[in-house]
Amino acid sequence: MKILVPIKRVVDYTVKVRVKPDGSGVDLNNVKMSMNPFDEIGVEEAIRLKERGIASEVVVVSLGSGACQETIRTALAMGADRGVLVETDLELQPLGIARLLKALVLKEQPQLVILGKQAIDDDSNQTGQMLAGLLNWPQGTFASKLEIADGRATVTREVDGGLETLELPLPAVITTDLRLNEPRYTTLPNIMKAKRRPLDVLQVADLPAEAVPSIKTLKVQPPQPRKPGIRVSSVEELVRKLREEAKVI
Amino acid sequence: MAILVLAEHDNDSLKPSTLHTVTAAKKIEEKIGEAEVHVLVMGEKVEAVAKASAHIDGVSKVFLADAPHLAAQTAEALALQTGQHLNASNYSHILAPATTFGKNLAPRIAAQLDVPQVSGISMILDAHTFVRPIYAGNALATVQCEARGVVVLTVLSTSFDAAGTTDTSAAIEPVNKVVPDTSGVRLVGRQLSSSEKIELTSARVVVSGGRGLQKAENFKLLEDLAAKLHAAVGASRAAVDAGYVPNDYQVGQTGKIVAPDLYIAVGISGAIQHLAGMRDSKVIVAINKDPDAPIFQIADYGLVGDALAILPQLTEQL
Ligand SMILES: Cc1cc2nc3c(=O)[nH]c(=O)nc-3n(C[C@H](O)[C@H](O)[C@H](O)COP(=O)(O)OP(=O)(O)OC[C@H]3O[C@@H](n4cnc5c(N)ncnc54)[C@H](O)[C@@H]3O)c2cc1C
Repeated sequence: MKILVPIKRVVDYTVKVRVKPDGSGVDLNNVKMSMNPFDEIGVEEAIRLKERGIASEVVVVSLGSGACQETIRTALAMGADRGVLVETDLELQPLGIARLLKALVLKEQPQLVILGKQAIDDDSNQTGQMLAGLLNWPQGTFASKLEIADGRATVTREVDGGLETLELPLPAVITTDLRLNEPRYTTLPNIMKAKRRPLDVLQVADLPAEAVPSIKTLKVQPPQPRKPGIRVSSVEELVRKLREEAKVI
Repeated sequence: MAILVLAEHDNDSLKPSTLHTVTAAKKIEEKIGEAEVHVLVMGEKVEAVAKASAHIDGVSKVFLADAPHLAAQTAEALALQTGQHLNASNYSHILAPATTFGKNLAPRIAAQLDVPQVSGISMILDAHTFVRPIYAGNALATVQCEARGVVVLTVLSTSFDAAGTTDTSAAIEPVNKVVPDTSGVRLVGRQLSSSEKIELTSARVVVSGGRGLQKAENFKLLEDLAAKLHAAVGASRAAVDAGYVPNDYQVGQTGKIVAPDLYIAVGISGAIQHLAGMRDSKVIVAINKDPDAPIFQIADYGLVGDALAILPQLTEQL
């Protein structure tokens, strides 16, 4: 069974981004970039399925600029077998990405696609569900546990009320939540090995799909700052302030 | 033209998130004029939910798809059923709450219509222009959809008040066709938190604990405080990962977004991912033993000290 894992290069989760003064977006100059943490969990899960003998090949794919090759190499160093970069300078949005991924799925014929539930830059939480919708495949979103047996995936999902377990026939789309696994660190020998693994570069035009963005960002602003707070020195003072000043209790 | 709201419910009762979503639908209705707000209820034995939906202020029609295969409310079955309903009627917008229900379902519907989606809107500027937080709420993007095609949105409950209810009831109509689900997806089971628990996203007061509480048993101190304040209990990701509390307690960028009148963060450092879920609370209190913890930067009232000593005192004095 082949597994396809789409991965996105995003601003590292430790960075507090700044909005550009002209309101055109956030400042990405000299900002640390990494693999989207949820995608890292997806790569880890796919590799574990391979280590358990359930998967035969793990293919990672990233869509974006040439710099995404670095992100793909990270996934290869974790243990993925092969990388694909769909290179473009277009602004990609979830629907466009889902269409391109659908074209890749038809080409690669995986039984399972594992995506992160959301990218921590645009926080959309759409691509996996859209891909499943376009392919008309079942979806197991926000997964905190995944088991594959007899052509079916059993997925435990983190939902607002607690947990839900679904059984899906393969092929299927899975999206990862934080508690699915803890991704491994890459080691120097593995990073060296990853340099020799195949990484194909395709252009968007090579795929039979439209990815023109259809949502326009008119402006980006910082959130309203909160007014500065105060320190209280005791529980008594806190209770008094909450009662008399804030009037919330 | 009409605006469609997908009702969130558990087959027995309507979830408050639906009421907030209806308010967003009414805002869009005001912008375009001459539109109606419809609610689509899909599930099994959901008459009570349909009735409750029909009493929401501003709703002019409720459509009901009631069938055994809709009981589990899988995205596959609901997306097909919604698609069928859209074929039969003329909608400009489809709205769902930005809860795990809406997040799971709405993008699948959008993809099947081959239209984009705008996730987690916090403001409506006109029928095609919306504001939404990005980068864990560190930036607010104003985005515009093309005028062609249906607009699919998920709505942040914290940004829109709950719609009221009326004595008069809107009409309830069955959908013109119930479509079978051929996906083969089966619900194995659910492990849900007790329904008596105060719901995090609609509570007036939330008390949240982090890794600073050090072990699961210490959450008892937080629960005692919560009981005194009629508050819901939340947590940081670190507290959930450590197994102190279940996943549905998590507040943050990738958990629940809350905006209560009072949010008390106890033993939480204030990572941006956590702030994303509570920064719009009216009053924020932080209790942390580290005077330099980032949580103090957004707290209205900060108290430096050992949470395990402070919590019982606070509970006693309230
Ligand atoms: C992709 C991604 C998504 C994430 N999503 C979320 C999310 O949705 N929600 C979320 O919360 N986090 C999220 N995180 C995690 C986030 O980055 C932080 O790691 C997490 O919020 C830290 O939790 P914490 O504050 O409880 O723990 P810590 O950062 O370890 O802080 C513990 C705090 O407790 C204090 N403390 C210790 N002992 C005591 C004591 N006795 N009394 C008082 N104070 C004490 C310490 O001073 C410290 O400030 C996410 C991370 C990633 C990478």
